[in-house]
Amino acid sequence: MEKKRIGHVIKVNANMVTAQVEGSIIQNEVAYILHGEERLKAEVIRVRQNRAEMQVYESTQSIKTQDVVEFSNELLSVELGPGLLGQIFDGLQNPLPALAEKYGFFLKRGVYLEALADETQWDFTPLVKPQDKVLAGSWLGFVPEKIFKHYIMAPFSLGGSLEVVSIAPEGRYNLKQVIAQLKDSSGATHDVFLQQIWPIKIPIKAYAEKLRPLEPLVTKLRLIDSLFPVNRGGTYCIPGPFGAGKTVLQQLTSRHAEVDIVIIAACGERAGEVVETLKTFPELIDPRTNKPLMDRTVIICNTSSMPVAARESSVYTAVTIAEYYRQMGLNVLLLADSTSRWAQAMREMSGRLEEIPGEEAFPAYLESRIAAFYERAGVVRLYGGTKGSVTIGGTVSPAGGNFEEPVTQATLKVVGAFHGLSRERSDARKYPAIDPLISWSKYNSFINPEHQEAGHAILRRSNEIAQMMKVIGEEGTSLKDYIEYLKGEFFDFIYLQQNAFDPVDEATSQERQIYVFGFICGILNSEYKLEDKAAALHFFQQLRQSLRSWNSAEYGSQEFKKIEEKIELFLEKNKPEKTP
Amino acid sequence: MQKAYTNIIQIAGDVITVEAQGVGYLDIAEVTTRRGVSLAQVIHIDNGKISLQVFAGSRGLSTQDKVRFLGHPMRVATGDNLLGRIFNGSGIPLDHGPALSENLVDIGAPSVNPVKRIIPNKIIRTGIPMIDVFNSLVESQKLPIFSIAGEPYNELLARIAIQAEVDIIILGGLGLKFDDYLFFRETLNAHGALSRCIFFIHTAADPTVECLLVPDISLAVAEDFALKGKRVLVLLTDMTNFADSLKEISITMEQVPSNRGYPGDLYSQLASRYEKAVDFQGAGSITILAVTTMPGDDVTHPVPDNTGYITEGQFYLKAGVIEPFGSLSRLKQQVNGKTRPDHRVIMDTMIQLFASYRETLEKQSMGFKMSAWDEKLLKYGLLFEKNMMSLKVNIPLEKALDLGWQILADCFTPEETGIKLSIIEQFWPK
Repeated sequence: MEKKRIGHVIKVNANMVTAQVEGSIIQNEVAYILHGEERLKAEVIRVRQNRAEMQVYESTQSIKTQDVVEFSNELLSVELGPGLLGQIFDGLQNPLPALAEKYGFFLKRGVYLEALADETQWDFTPLVKPQDKVLAGSWLGFVPEKIFKHYIMAPFSLGGSLEVVSIAPEGRYNLKQVIAQLKDSSGATHDVFLQQIWPIKIPIKAYAEKLRPLEPLVTKLRLIDSLFPVNRGGTYCIPGPFGAGKTVLQQLTSRHAEVDIVIIAACGERAGEVVETLKTFPELIDPRTNKPLMDRTVIICNTSSMPVAARESSVYTAVTIAEYYRQMGLNVLLLADSTSRWAQAMREMSGRLEEIPGEEAFPAYLESRIAAFYERAGVVRLYGGTKGSVTIGGTVSPAGGNFEEPVTQATLKVVGAFHGLSRERSDARKYPAIDPLISWSKYNSFINPEHQEAGHAILRRSNEIAQMMKVIGEEGTSLKDYIEYLKGEFFDFIYLQQNAFDPVDEATSQERQIYVFGFICGILNSEYKLEDKAAALHFFQQLRQSLRSWNSAEYGSQEFKKIEEKIELFLEKNKPEKTP
Repeated sequence: MQKAYTNIIQIAGDVITVEAQGVGYLDIAEVTTRRGVSLAQVIHIDNGKISLQVFAGSRGLSTQDKVRFLGHPMRVATGDNLLGRIFNGSGIPLDHGPALSENLVDIGAPSVNPVKRIIPNKIIRTGIPMIDVFNSLVESQKLPIFSIAGEPYNELLARIAIQAEVDIIILGGLGLKFDDYLFFRETLNAHGALSRCIFFIHTAADPTVECLLVPDISLAVAEDFALKGKRVLVLLTDMTNFADSLKEISITMEQVPSNRGYPGDLYSQLASRYEKAVDFQGAGSITILAVTTMPGDDVTHPVPDNTGYITEGQFYLKAGVIEPFGSLSRLKQQVNGKTRPDHRVIMDTMIQLFASYRETLEKQSMGFKMSAWDEKLLKYGLLFEKNMMSLKVNIPLEKALDLGWQILADCFTPEETGIKLSIIEQFWPK
């Protein structure tokens, strides 16, 4: 057995520890600082001569010079296999419920538990036979996990064409039993288990090709789906000042989005928000599967008081798990809240490394790191022909709510859609507080493009008139302009805003969105006989009220039809007399 | 007996560097100077060079003074003996009582496992309608009071300390004016609340470094009580001074500043304190109310900005009252549905009408003619300000709700309020 490479601590600066090492050092390898009985996980982030500078994933309290550091030869990795769904991990993939059972209220430092329970038995069904040729990532068999077929794949780390030497027959196996052997082109054989290990900072690339994201991802939020859509395999970001509702938006998206699996990365945010998700999700039923929402969810949580370095690992752990399920042909949505905290962790580390700071003291590599992270999203065609996708939605918490800051700007360059939250909208209690005047999307919506454009146009026009009215007053505005203004307000109120507390209104299906948007477009494009401003205001107020109750009516129900007829009648009555 | 070191090689600000071996990061040391003995904490280790921040400050410190490492991190005594006592930021008594050394706990204990938290669900009544009715304070909530210098935030804290329905109150003073410290002591004493209070006071005259310890020491004591099933309210005033102390130390340590001179880890530093607010599954809770003064009334200043991202809402103290707009308790939804069926109705209606009143005021100041409706709003606004918003008002939640109905009935007809008929029938004063 190879002798372990060791070193000794010579410098401690908050969560950065420097060790003097005899022998070689590998960049980004995992090291353990031995302090008494404790083993504290760290990652080498810079090598200078025989000194390894490491970020420590734990509190560094009481670490002394001369404490021994053990190097592991491995990059920071996660366990991938059946049993991930429904779990709650910290940024280093420690299962938090198991930790709580063992150690009680507090997160004891230096304790690392198996992410997946080795002993659990899984019903394995083989899909290949000996002598078959496979590639890394090919499906060898599957086990049932919750409602999915969890495919067991040839290890992603193997290269070239592989030959199946043996494959286990149908039966129950645990994670430590060999279920297949593969021979690579050099003749070496590799054991395959139900579980495999993958380094989190390296994207999984075991697929035939990456495709353009073209299929819409339905979030059931009208403002997003209709005006600023996101596609499966795409990326989007939600920047907003504090209290504008970023987290609420993410929570509702995680409930209603039409995807197979949701991975929530709570990165450097409040513990209270994670608690709400993890206490309510087991009880909420997913209407599409009739199973608890938790069954399709994985939570990676590194809250703001947990060690800072693990914020970085939490987003990478999350995206690696997302990619793993994508390899099974599933559509995965990764919600990261908030990427700014991760950027701040980088800034803290960069400061301790005494690197030359960039803008607002963020490191110069901020942009490339953010870009590389979002680039891990995408739709891929697997070797078997099936498609799978990872969609990434990240929130950004800009300092002072100012979108000009480096993290927001670096993110905007690489995402496909921008949902900017505004303080004005959230103060006016408009939900969602996404500002339609600053947001954009490069993806195609399922809404008729002409209708979509009409929607954008009326919002812009209405805003212009509103600005004008502030100066010249209502009296100075022409009736025609005033009606345009009311139309914009009406569209915003009745279509873009949703009532998150109304069981029907909180989530709108694709079908309904197409139908209602078309209907409202009809209203926006029509003229009505309105003699003066008071009449116009009254007309739109009445219309608003009826559409509000329409929004709360189940789509296609009796009530829905009844209200629709009522609205049509009302509109008909106010149509101008036809000129012959 | 630990070895004492005398070779201090650098003194910069309140940070000294001494050559020593086998010292743990964040360990505590005793520094003996001609001015007496002070505690110091290790904040940087570079080979044999140990940098420490000296709690009593470095004034008069000699390079030959003795530094003795105690071999453990900062600790604080806990337990019922602390009740009614007053300490400074390093835990030394200021009230001429005996020093305590029982049940020592390390400050800055690890973070709580999120799965052991419960969703907050209990209201803390304060007798202040602007809080109880409109932005209820919830057990385990962390809320800052954003305030401009000169606002009566300490008076507000003192009132909450006297009236809040909790078991224990811990007051952490950071850079507190000496007068304010006396004010707290006298006010709480006069109301007989001192016996359930513990003070950790750092006054503006004390060394900067000690300020950094106050939140940690207060919260470590609070955590110990909470684990024993007590409901603890921690009041911190003023956290902007804490951030400024961080800034001072990090500049002394020659760290690259990020924003307006504050260190890049300001968010993490604040969060690790505020996140101590917790409702333990099967034990007590910690609630934190912290004053954050906003330099120049600027909410985008790094301190209030970072705080806002961490906390669960905020109270804006402006012109001597808690401003209804901008103030927010993010957790109020968890509790205000269970108090009385009209609670949410009163909350929403009165705020909406008050918003209309503000618009009317604007119109009035521009010289527009007041309609009958405007007149009603003006009457309503004045009553609301006088009977609800004023911090002098001191009534229980139920009384405040009744008063709300009375004000509405004095100014409007039921239809004008837009309240659902079923609620009107039940609650509208006859």
